[in-house]
Amino acid sequence: MTTVEKRFEMALLAVDRVVAQESLIEAKRAKIPNNHLEHLIVSTLDRIGQMWLDGSVSLSQVYMSGRICEELVENIFPYAETDQKPSRKMAIAVLEDYHMLGKRIVYSMLKSAGLGLLDYGHVEVEEIVHRVIEDDIQILLISTLMLPSALHIKDVRTLLRKSGHEPKIIVGGAPFRFDDQLWVEVGADAMGRTASDAVKIVNSIDGGDR
Amino acid sequence: MTSSHMNSMQRVLKTLSHQEPDRVPVFLCVTMHGAKELGLTIEEYFSKAENVAEGQLRMRKKYDHDCLYPFFYGSIEIEAWGGEVVFHDDGPPNSGLPFLKSLNNIKGLQPPRVMECRRLLEVLKTLALLKERVGDEVPIIGVVMSPFSVPVMQMGFDNYIELIYEYHGLFEQLMRVNEEFCVEWANAQLAAGATAICYFDPVSSPTIIPRDLYLKTGFPIANGTLSRIKGPTATHFSSGICLPILSDVVATGTAIVSASVTEDLAETKAACKGKLTVLGNLNGIEMRRWTVQHAEKMVKDAIAKAGAGGGFILSDNHGEIPWQVPDEVLIAISDAVYKWGQYPLNWINDYAG
Repeated sequence: MTTVEKRFEMALLAVDRVVAQESLIEAKRAKIPNNHLEHLIVSTLDRIGQMWLDGSVSLSQVYMSGRICEELVENIFPYAETDQKPSRKMAIAVLEDYHMLGKRIVYSMLKSAGLGLLDYGHVEVEEIVHRVIEDDIQILLISTLMLPSALHIKDVRTLLRKSGHEPKIIVGGAPFRFDDQLWVEVGADAMGRTASDAVKIVNSIDGGDR
Repeated sequence: MTSSHMNSMQRVLKTLSHQEPDRVPVFLCVTMHGAKELGLTIEEYFSKAENVAEGQLRMRKKYDHDCLYPFFYGSIEIEAWGGEVVFHDDGPPNSGLPFLKSLNNIKGLQPPRVMECRRLLEVLKTLALLKERVGDEVPIIGVVMSPFSVPVMQMGFDNYIELIYEYHGLFEQLMRVNEEFCVEWANAQLAAGATAICYFDPVSSPTIIPRDLYLKTGFPIANGTLSRIKGPTATHFSSGICLPILSDVVATGTAIVSASVTEDLAETKAACKGKLTVLGNLNGIEMRRWTVQHAEKMVKDAIAKAGAGGGFILSDNHGEIPWQVPDEVLIAISDAVYKWGQYPLNWINDYAG
């Protein structure tokens, strides 16, 4: 890891916006290209996500790191947002409950990676089906905290299929981490254990289509 | 009294004193299953104290476990604060849109009074009905959300994390108000018949916040709150990890700590030895698709890791068994405890897992 990467990671884990921004501005002054800086942000968030999985950092640090990076991307790369738009339309939602944290983390991570997406917020089964059809969504990310909500993803899949729509469904959230077979049971195409998994999965789906 | 004639209360007290009772105590944290017993919807079931009391008694008879757990649902406290609760047919009621819609709402917030909240009064009535029926033979567990964790429902998880990090004054103000309510609610439950209070504090788990932040926030709040609760307490992290903060949890004065399925149970038990009783750590989410044989293996594994020497209560690691978990699995868990949990646990030395 370079000195800049180390300093940036430490600033994020300490929730220090100022030092995090300074690290990136320094790197920009050193003529590091924007796509390398984006890679630095995404790889740092990826490492932090992995550290959460191994128990060495906490969810609050993952969340705040994502929020800071989302802001930095908007402030420092105002014209870079079109770099990596997915070739397919994408949306993210929280199904049935109001626990937005996981969705916010994934949303920040995808935005930091330069991936544009619609944010449906909190939705019920019928509403998400309606919006996916109306917006012609091809990659749908669904976050849940409660087991019943996770199980209802199966209803979303069934109703979409009946309407002739087969978006790729990527799921994540606590129930899926405690039961590693649940994502298959509900008819999802993939499950992310961390927010950076979402970026990798989206890129693999998107890349696989080219 | 010989250990072969213990009732549930004696069994639990013995293990809490870090000695071996007649067998490993088992707490099945069943709540919504009572509605199935009575043929009611979840919403109908939780609308009357008599339903919940009857449901708990029937479930204790059916699953033959060692506590009564008249916990209605976590968002009941949000109802007391005037927030919205959304009922479902197949799971616990969720809190609706957070009632603290902006940070300004924290200013001037006053704690609700327990005796003025209809649904909380139903909980107190349930506790009284159960106490009348079982006396001191079975522990009756009351439940509170910690002042530090309830804001997840009051204002949303994302907004709350930002409050903790960035708005210290408002955070302190919210904690003061929440602590007042939590203490009054806990003590009202103890006065109504609860034997002990389960203090749900998932945000304090290192799964959610780092230890250095916990020491400035969740830890002093737990210290202050638990010291004002007039009865024994258990601290539950709702499947969050606890090992990195165990010494701090001991210092809060709690008697029991929940163990996460994501941590090694033997390691947790060793770290708690003589200081805290370990509660856990069966995986409630996976449990709904366990076979009878797998349930027995999970129980056997847990007892082998944590049963020796007492200081252990077998339970799930979430504190609420999902509606989808079938009866035969719950009965299999209970049967396995009776089969493998009899002290002394001579078999564990030869057990390979």
